[in-house]
Amino acid sequence: MSPKSETNSRSKQLLAPGHRGCAGCCDAMAAKFTLMGAGEDCIVVSPTGCLEVMTTPFPESSWEVPWIHSLFENTSAVASGIDAALRAMGKAGKTKVIGIGGDGATLDIGMRSISGAFERGHDFTYVCIDNEAYMNTGVQRSGATPFNAATTTSPAGKVSFGNQRPKKNMPAIMAAHGSPYVATTSVAYPKDMIRKVKTATETVGPTYIHAHAPCTTGWGFDTSKTVEIGKLAVETALWPMFEIEDGEVTKVKKIKNIKPVEDYLKMQRRFKHLFTMEGGEEEIKKIQAIADKNVVDFGL
Amino acid sequence: MAVTRNLDKDKMVVVEGSYSVAHSVKVCKPNVISAYPITPQTHIVEDLSQFMADGEIPNCEYINVESEFSALSALVGASAVGARSYSATTSQGLELMHEVLFNVSGMRFPVVMTVVNRAVSAPINIWNDHQDSISQRDTGWIQLYAEDTQEIADMTAQAFKIAEDKDVLLPAMVCMDGFILSHVYEPVVLLEQDLVDKYLPAYNPEFVLDSKDPKSFGAFADPSTYTEFRFLQEKAMEAALQKIEDAANDFHELFGRYYGGLIDEYETEDAEIIIMAMGSIIGTIKDVIDARRSKGEKVGLLKVRSFRPFPKEAIKKVVKNAKVVVVLDKNISIGLNEGALFTETKSCLYNTKIDVPVVGYMIGHGGRDIPVGTIENIIDEAKGVISSGIKVESQFTDVREELI
Repeated sequence: MSPKSETNSRSKQLLAPGHRGCAGCCDAMAAKFTLMGAGEDCIVVSPTGCLEVMTTPFPESSWEVPWIHSLFENTSAVASGIDAALRAMGKAGKTKVIGIGGDGATLDIGMRSISGAFERGHDFTYVCIDNEAYMNTGVQRSGATPFNAATTTSPAGKVSFGNQRPKKNMPAIMAAHGSPYVATTSVAYPKDMIRKVKTATETVGPTYIHAHAPCTTGWGFDTSKTVEIGKLAVETALWPMFEIEDGEVTKVKKIKNIKPVEDYLKMQRRFKHLFTMEGGEEEIKKIQAIADKNVVDFGL
Repeated sequence: MAVTRNLDKDKMVVVEGSYSVAHSVKVCKPNVISAYPITPQTHIVEDLSQFMADGEIPNCEYINVESEFSALSALVGASAVGARSYSATTSQGLELMHEVLFNVSGMRFPVVMTVVNRAVSAPINIWNDHQDSISQRDTGWIQLYAEDTQEIADMTAQAFKIAEDKDVLLPAMVCMDGFILSHVYEPVVLLEQDLVDKYLPAYNPEFVLDSKDPKSFGAFADPSTYTEFRFLQEKAMEAALQKIEDAANDFHELFGRYYGGLIDEYETEDAEIIIMAMGSIIGTIKDVIDARRSKGEKVGLLKVRSFRPFPKEAIKKVVKNAKVVVVLDKNISIGLNEGALFTETKSCLYNTKIDVPVVGYMIGHGGRDIPVGTIENIIDEAKGVISSGIKVESQFTDVREELI
């Protein structure tokens, strides 16, 4: 993205301030960067979740672009209908259709909907704001919750280190649908996210952006540290940032000095038990192994 | 208004019931059709797909969705950008849509959907009863029920007109009995394009998703505002009562056919026994009434076309001088042992000066045949109610005792 166009896109705030997000909220950042990448000629669909609740308490709205919320699990279907209607009514091609939803709404309850919409090849971009649990309902586990993270429904306890399973590999699933453009990014890297959203929205067909999004409330860190935590996820290789075009990984963000995963884990309440419980060290090694595998798989 | 079938025989063609619906949808010029195949709705969506393949529906997109949940969800998006939106489903598909049904109505999108009525699993059964749509009665959708293939064709156009009316803006289910109407070949007059163009104005909603004039749809309402949304939905339903009558009258004027408005009546004027029902069973009841009338028995029929909004006043007016009202329901509220039409008819007569006994029969579940003899027995029992009062208020009909 040229500096000029970036300046232009920043000249108008498309997500108005005054919304009710927490201090340091990753959703607000993700929505703002998405709109900076997409521009104002778009229609946004959001599922039920933090972003919807905090931006649209009737009769107020933070959205300076047309926006619709229907239900929790149907964002991609609603977007399909918008895409089809624009085509039917001769308005296709200009206005970008964008879904912005949390990880639960995307890869758990919304899986059927997004899979159908991508298979059908609708012209829209889906941005998943992945804060790795159901935050709006009080930090319950989702299919995107990482291995050994404690949530309110996967708590650490005498016989458990928290969530037993690794994250669902959603970018790979979306690429397997034949999407022309899939990318991972992070709210900690605004320029990266804005560029990728721009690329996605300018690509014809169903495109997918998976944005890692540290949640101060759910993960348990100071409200000033959203970006710092997000960067550590990337720098420890736990969150690789890459682009997939027509099924092939074409670009990867290289990490110069890969940090140990402890640097990332120790700053968050959800991993605190790994540093206090007997056997925690072994568990941290398993998480390090996930990062090490990412380094190999993506050539970080 | 007198019942006017006024079927122009020169214009009639023999088609399947599903085709008569698909043709009506086509001439209503939808912008987005979104549907998932399910028996016995399939022939409607197959016919529409063929129309699309032949380029016969201009300015329209057909979305082959991956589920009924998405079928209706897609129409939320389509309707929000101003598209005339249509779907069709039945039974399990309709139940899967349950959450979206509330959403479409709450957001006031005038989606029209054909419901090809079918029983609900378990046990799985593909044949007709009304449990599927009746179970969705509180979702805020208008519900209309047709008695034959001509009426379902006509009702489809009426539904768009009613739903899209600015004083209504509610979605509408147009219900037809599975197989009995959807798969039967009968002569019908297919709706003429030029007449439909005169009858049905273009859908031009006041509020749409448009980047030139951004608006937010589907905001959340807290306790300080939620009540008013529900109140306004109810007001819209009340407005629909008159609009349903108007739509039928306007249709009559242009097309020459009239199947009733909120209700339809047959031999009710001096009737002592009034039978109430919805859907394809109407034809059988009329045949029995003709036979009874020839013997001098005062039996009449009150056909309910609109189940939502519920036509309380129209029903009261018809039954007020009867000696007994018999309500037939192809559904049951399990745990109450009553069908919905029966319960609601009783309810609307309470707190009034009308003092007429009402009895209910649950009938035709899962496609169980309803022969003339069953209606005959029901009428004979109704005579017993007149002479010696209600013995059984509500009951199943034709239960096979040997299977229990």
